[in-house]
Amino acid sequence: MSSILIVEQILNGLQFGVMLFLMAAGLTLIFGVMGLINLAHGSLYMVGAFAAAAVAGATGSFFLGLVAALASAALAGAIIEIVVIRRLYDAPHLDQVLATFALILIFSEGTRWFFGSFPLFLNIPQALSGPVTLPGGIEYPLYRLSLIVIGVAIAGGLWLFIERTRIGIQIRAGENDREMIAVLGVDISKLYTLVFALGAALAGLAGALVGAIQSVQVGMGEPVLILAFVVIVIGGIGSIRGAFIGALLVGLTDTLGGVFLPEFLGLFMEPGAAQKSGSAIASMGIYILMGLVLIWRPTGLFGARA
Amino acid sequence: MKKLLLAASAASLLATSAFAEVKVGMITTLSGGGAGLGLDVRDGFLLAIEQSGRDDIEVVIEDDQRKPDIAVQLSDKMIQSERVDVMTGIIWSNLAMAVVPAAVNQNVFYLSPNAGPSALAGKGCHQNYFNVAWQNDNLHEAAGAYANDAGHKKSFILAPNYPAGTDALTGYKRFFDGDLAGEIYTQLGQTDYAAELAQIRASDADSVFFFLPGGMGISFLKQYADSGIDLPVVGPAFSFDQGILQAVGDAALGVVNTSQWNKDIDNPTNKAFVDSFKAEYGRLPSLYASQGFDTANLLLSALEKADPSDANAFREALRAAEFDSTRGDFAFGPNHHPVQTIYAREVIKEGDVFTNKIIGTALEAHSDAYAAECKM
Repeated sequence: MSSILIVEQILNGLQFGVMLFLMAAGLTLIFGVMGLINLAHGSLYMVGAFAAAAVAGATGSFFLGLVAALASAALAGAIIEIVVIRRLYDAPHLDQVLATFALILIFSEGTRWFFGSFPLFLNIPQALSGPVTLPGGIEYPLYRLSLIVIGVAIAGGLWLFIERTRIGIQIRAGENDREMIAVLGVDISKLYTLVFALGAALAGLAGALVGAIQSVQVGMGEPVLILAFVVIVIGGIGSIRGAFIGALLVGLTDTLGGVFLPEFLGLFMEPGAAQKSGSAIASMGIYILMGLVLIWRPTGLFGARA
Repeated sequence: MKKLLLAASAASLLATSAFAEVKVGMITTLSGGGAGLGLDVRDGFLLAIEQSGRDDIEVVIEDDQRKPDIAVQLSDKMIQSERVDVMTGIIWSNLAMAVVPAAVNQNVFYLSPNAGPSALAGKGCHQNYFNVAWQNDNLHEAAGAYANDAGHKKSFILAPNYPAGTDALTGYKRFFDGDLAGEIYTQLGQTDYAAELAQIRASDADSVFFFLPGGMGISFLKQYADSGIDLPVVGPAFSFDQGILQAVGDAALGVVNTSQWNKDIDNPTNKAFVDSFKAEYGRLPSLYASQGFDTANLLLSALEKADPSDANAFREALRAAEFDSTRGDFAFGPNHHPVQTIYAREVIKEGDVFTNKIIGTALEAHSDAYAAECKM
């Protein structure tokens, strides 16, 4: 086990983590501000990826694809907020889960109807393809490195937006006391639509960025959604900072656990069996992490309320 | 009133005997990540039924969503309330393991158009279970044999952690004479392979063998091409079928993969199949479509000779496998799995379309390693 491999795996974990953050940020804002469990967040991720693939395929420009992903996911988010979600704010969580689950099915089958069942092609831009050599002789794909930079930049931007702008203050106030800021003259329904569209745009961006190295296909959002829920539970619901730390923790645990646990078990087990049981235990890793964090802090790392 | 009822029931009796329909239950994956495979099997199957011109065959199609629990529910429904005679369609081995043993024990015939888990080829074989595609290990064994021919000495191998994944690596190792540089089981449905690629890079492998069907293979190949690793890749056809090659793009060009079928196999049945599939559905068929097509033709050939209600005669008719396969000659081994030639194919680009070309034979008249364990 060389140190180069360890550093490379840490980079992989970070890259996975920041992409999870883009998903989790929207989810945690929506839950924190509106108290809404949005299972359809994964569908917005898929919408972003499909929009990017379609536009990049038609124009040949990955950048235009990203713009399309942001725009279409934000638009889809705003539309479902106005048409469906708005009726659910006062409904019990079970109704919200039911309605947003229905949205997943509608989006999945709608996408299949429109684009077909076969995966779409979306490749990384030429300028970012291939590996670069980092100090210490580590070869690492340039695109993944760019994902880390983009993710960290967005996290910083989002933090500034929430902490330093007027709208950010309103969002934070909305988390604390919905009725009060409505009484103070803030147009709460406009604010909700905005937060929802912002969260959707981030999910769509993540879908497009990740879609370029994975496959753009129907149902691609749901596995990520589950991880994003784990992230916001670990980070504390409603906290952007918590989502960031939680996403990195989950990304690193998942990546490093998957690599090093089988190696570790291989020290005293037959290699094939060590591989199988190691990867099985590693896939539980993030849930064990979640359990431990909740025992230690029942509201999550940065959560204000349970 | 009583008379009327009697007449009605007599009429309905008459009706059922007049329309002695054969009912086929197809459970396959039509939504979610693996939908492309199920669609191809379904379309190939229905194409053959349609071409036969028989209107006494009813095909009930249900979507298992790639979930074993749903597949079991659907199969119970098909056997108990739909009363199907023959079942088919399952793509994934873990679903097949959940459905097939129970189905064949209830005297339903099962014709597998894809999944061929080792458990059903060896000790768990059954007289009513026929596999028209391959035993899971087959294409991987062929990949191992091809790797020897290509002079590879040290392979890094990976597959998802589920029955077919275990069969894949076992199959490759059975025929590959070289050493292993590493062996990894990934998660089923995994889409990011950065960690595995780093391990491949850090190893001293001279070749990579992978079995990652559907979307998993697309992700792996794209990331592999971008990682800067330039070791030769060998794999079974599942990551290079017609449905997903277009999504992989240039990253797949030149990769050698093993398959029992390709669109350029030269026989009249195959030519007619490729042309009619293209005409009917507007896309090139994949190996899954060919398997669906062959499965339906096997069924039709058996129905010519016997009715499923006469189980023994129908079983003999299936075993004889007297139909024109898209693969050329087709025969079942003693455990009802095919004995067939497996080819090595290379990914090429024809105009704008990525597809495969046969470059040689990997294994001839190949059976499977479990046939001897099968006692039926």
